[in-house]
Amino acid sequence: MPETFTVFINGQPVTAGPETSVAALLLRERMVNRRSCAGQLRAAFCGMGICMECRVTIDSDAHGLGCMTFCRPNMKITTL
Amino acid sequence: MKTGSVTIIGAGPAGLAAAAAAAPYATVTLLDENPGPGGQIWRAGAGTTTAAAELWEPARQAGAQWLGGCRVVAADAHALLLENATGAQRLPWEKLVLAPGARERFLPFPGWTLPGVLGAGGLQALVKNGLDIRGQRVMVAGSGPLLLAAAAFLRSQGAIIAGITEQATRRQLAGLAWASLVSPEKRKQASGLFRQLRGVPYLTHCWVEAAEVQESSHKNSGWLAAVRLRRGNRRWREPCDWLASGFGLAPNIELARLLGCALAPAAEGRPSSIAVDDFQLASQSNIWCAGEITGIGGLELSLLEGRIAGLAAAGQTALARRWLKARDRQRHFARALARAARLDAELRRLPGDETVICRCEDVPLGRLREYHSWREARLLGRCGMGACQGRICSDITGWLWNWQYDTTRPPVTPARISTLALMAANAEKASSSEFIL
Repeated sequence: MPETFTVFINGQPVTAGPETSVAALLLRERMVNRRSCAGQLRAAFCGMGICMECRVTIDSDAHGLGCMTFCRPNMKITTL
Repeated sequence: MKTGSVTIIGAGPAGLAAAAAAAPYATVTLLDENPGPGGQIWRAGAGTTTAAAELWEPARQAGAQWLGGCRVVAADAHALLLENATGAQRLPWEKLVLAPGARERFLPFPGWTLPGVLGAGGLQALVKNGLDIRGQRVMVAGSGPLLLAAAAFLRSQGAIIAGITEQATRRQLAGLAWASLVSPEKRKQASGLFRQLRGVPYLTHCWVEAAEVQESSHKNSGWLAAVRLRRGNRRWREPCDWLASGFGLAPNIELARLLGCALAPAAEGRPSSIAVDDFQLASQSNIWCAGEITGIGGLELSLLEGRIAGLAAAGQTALARRWLKARDRQRHFARALARAARLDAELRRLPGDETVICRCEDVPLGRLREYHSWREARLLGRCGMGACQGRICSDITGWLWNWQYDTTRPPVTPARISTLALMAANAEKASSSEFIL
């Protein structure tokens, strides 16, 4: 896998690497992952696959865990 | 000659030590939800750290199998239901070693759900996984030695540590220093961390009262702007980009509970753990537990418990016996640490009625006051009914009101419909398939 490549967050191209998790990338870009059921903004919290706050749609996988998924070339990340 | 098979869940220090110990004597399968072995402490982004490789390599050469990137969705006395990125499978087991480690223990305060507020180990994990925090201000708050490790790491990655607040008093910490005398390696670790943190304010008996949100005109609108700190009668505001907040660790007990393993006797104010005998055997036959799941004890204790559990599960009781004394010495240190790290009762007053306790279902504290048990809060108030299945809020309600976490049901993690279908297809094989709310 190349050292850096392009991934898409809500359609916008962003540079990432294979050592970067989706949750880390979204924090870097200061983008929230989702809105809670009462409408609050939420981003990654526990960082270890426990709290589920970092859920996003990864390619076609809804509710993918951002902190447990590493970036791949042309990955499409959609915040919820 | 190998007799029997041992399935190990969790590839942190305890699980890896179990795999290395059991592999020469049994057919070993090691599985973890992360892509590579190492667990939280030996996290290496997408790869494997040297420490993890040193334990895994001999196990692998002795024939141990690796199943990475897969979660246990459900389990019964015969099989595990596993899910990975692409599918699901039913994996029969003979002997089970549970080494699922721990999660951070979080306490609520106004603003703790804001983007930019993370766990202390959480922010550390995200930086290891590619978040760049060079030149950014980080407040580290909570309790325990993990704060020092997190702050030292974040500083080494270029963060400006605005301060470290420890809720324990100086007197409690003096007790901790005394306890560390039993363990020279702990003493060395602690003095090394303080050296790396030279010049960083370390405030005892001090905590974050609230996190403040960035105004709508700011480019980081909606994110953390500052924290409000309190130390005795002194209150002040500290601007920061990130808050790394954690109050020690809580064992991941869900899978063991699902399999019917009994809890250890409750210790006041401490998170629940699983009961084990001298050889790490839980209350259910053929299930051994090792590492943080039996009570928070750190790296050295986890390695020893893992080795004992691995040997015992592989039928090598005589070999396991050799390590009991060393483990008991580490346990002694762990107990002293737990006593010294008691949480100040004042912290219970931080969350207000509006403060969300269950982050998945947005259940505020005020609503939880109507209920008298975890089960009631779940059934009537949806507390703990969301995606994390109570993993964050049950630690909080246990601490606030001593509510017993007693509702583990499969699936223990969110799962795809196709995975659940596989569970249903095997339901007739289960001894009981009652449906309970």
